[in-house]
Amino acid sequence: MNHDLQKPPADSFERIQIDASHAERITKPSLSFWQDAWLRIRKNKAAIVSMFLLLFIIIMAFVGPMISPHDAKTQTITHANLPPKVPGIEKLGIMDGVGVLAGKEVDLYEMKKVDTYYWFGTDGLGRDMFSRVWEGTQISLFIAFVAALIDMVIGVAYGGVSGYYGGRVDDVLQRIVEILYGIPTLVIVILMLTFMEPGITAIIIAITITGWIGMSRIVRGQVLKFKNQEFVLASRTLGATNGRIISKHILPNILGIIIINTMFTIPSAIFFEAFLSFIGLGLQPPEASLGTLINDGYKLIKFQPHILLFPSIIISLLMISFNLLGDGLRDALDPKMKD
Amino acid sequence: MAKYITRRVFYMFITFFLIATATFFLMKALPGSPISSASKLSPSQLAVVEAKYGLDQPIPVQYAKYMLNLAQGDLGNSFQFKNASVTDLIIDRLGPSMLLGTQGLVLGVALGILLGMIAALRQNTVWDYGSTFVAIIGISIPSFVFATFLQYWLAVKWELFPVALWKDGWMSSVLPSIALAMGPLATASRFIRTEMIEVLSSDYITLAKSKGATGFEIAFKHAFRNALIPLVTVLGPLAAGLLTGSLVIEQIFAIPGIGEQFVKSIMSNDFSIIMGTTLFFSAFLIVVIFLVDVLYGIIDPRIRLSGGKD
Repeated sequence: MNHDLQKPPADSFERIQIDASHAERITKPSLSFWQDAWLRIRKNKAAIVSMFLLLFIIIMAFVGPMISPHDAKTQTITHANLPPKVPGIEKLGIMDGVGVLAGKEVDLYEMKKVDTYYWFGTDGLGRDMFSRVWEGTQISLFIAFVAALIDMVIGVAYGGVSGYYGGRVDDVLQRIVEILYGIPTLVIVILMLTFMEPGITAIIIAITITGWIGMSRIVRGQVLKFKNQEFVLASRTLGATNGRIISKHILPNILGIIIINTMFTIPSAIFFEAFLSFIGLGLQPPEASLGTLINDGYKLIKFQPHILLFPSIIISLLMISFNLLGDGLRDALDPKMKD
Repeated sequence: MAKYITRRVFYMFITFFLIATATFFLMKALPGSPISSASKLSPSQLAVVEAKYGLDQPIPVQYAKYMLNLAQGDLGNSFQFKNASVTDLIIDRLGPSMLLGTQGLVLGVALGILLGMIAALRQNTVWDYGSTFVAIIGISIPSFVFATFLQYWLAVKWELFPVALWKDGWMSSVLPSIALAMGPLATASRFIRTEMIEVLSSDYITLAKSKGATGFEIAFKHAFRNALIPLVTVLGPLAAGLLTGSLVIEQIFAIPGIGEQFVKSIMSNDFSIIMGTTLFFSAFLIVVIFLVDVLYGIIDPRIRLSGGKD
């Protein structure tokens, strides 16, 4: 196009008026913090895929047991230890109900005269693994969400009070945290569980008993950073109460970091629950979480690998998606905090 | 520095004292008797056995005795292992756990550094994405899931390694070490990647480049050494992770280590072993985290060690 620059035709120009009042006009709509964060996270493919995967797993955790033709608790001994069989996919040679019996591959469904389909197979008591896996996911997710929520509430309150009021209050609270922080989480969790009645509540208490400390330290640091800034000072000068300053000025500013932190608490709670159930300190039968299902499957790995396979896949996918989504949120909500 | 260390040592003792006290009282509050077949004994027989272990004395007396013995390194006697001293039991089982822990840590950190360096030097290429993928997998997949699959494929199906037990010498330690290495590998690789990218964009690297240093020289002689320093800070959490991992990994591969003993004792209510192992684990972690903090202050003079404030 450069060659045309020598002789531009006269009518390609138009005289315009410069309107001084428009100079300062913002042409694009102004974005709120959350709209901006959404724009950024939308570009992160891994985070978006994880988000959909998580949604799918969460929905399946509730819908799964309903769409399966079999109940999770019904024991049908004649249908015990069946490998997975799925209509449609069975023609591809996988998940076709063929299992190994005495060293030979046989169609166990035909042999045991079973004419229904168990999509994830059955366990040693003839319970449907499909329903059991999704019900286990439900319990694991429930424990993780509740534990993360409690961690968040205690951590924010403790760190907030410590940072905002400062002085002697801060000194006392921080000395306590310093001592608690030295206690290895693993040790305290296991001690609490040997002491309490095993169950969902016990696991949640054990996970949260030291879990909030990390959150409280971060919140305290952030509150310290914000409480002396000019906008807080201005608001105070105008007569705002402590409650108003905390809820209107400080909390909105640290909300991003609180959310990021909670996103990383959830997978670690899922891991801890599964870990505890695996070593036998977690849920007791007949209650089932992903951890107990993996523990059951592990005992039968040589003969019934499908019992271990499905809960392992679900827990791995859950952990991967929570970690990737957490990473994405961290980049989107706080670009400066990248690693 | 001296002031900082004194202060930290003081806090270490308080923490340890609290853990010891809490452990003692929690164990006392446990339901069930540690004496096996307690229900079969007549009341007078039970009284004799309890007297032998000092269980008949009031709790404060038991507590004082326990703490006094602890100060001398005596963790009491097991109720089940023919009266064996808990300290001896732990020392006996230290070998396999230490070997696995060290191998896992060295293997994981070495591979992690390699992966992280490749990712940083080939940023935003297939290499980078591959290494990030490995790191995410390493962080996300629980060690016991990974270990069971290693065991199933490499030991049961392909028979490359012994399935379990500590009988085939070093070969028995390969699979458990790999399973333990996944965590350190993931952490180290992500950490080194971030640090390397940051270091590579600093002024002295530009200077080295303008002096005509080769890419290899820059990567290893200039950038790598500085990227390595902050890795020391994650050694504390890594040690804690290895300990958590060892509880399940030793269980899965039936290794006669401390972790396996710990889980076994919880199941059998042998509370002198539970207390002993808990205190051993706590002491180990507290000391590791302390050493890491001091070490970091020594090798990186930019870090000022003053008080515990953030």
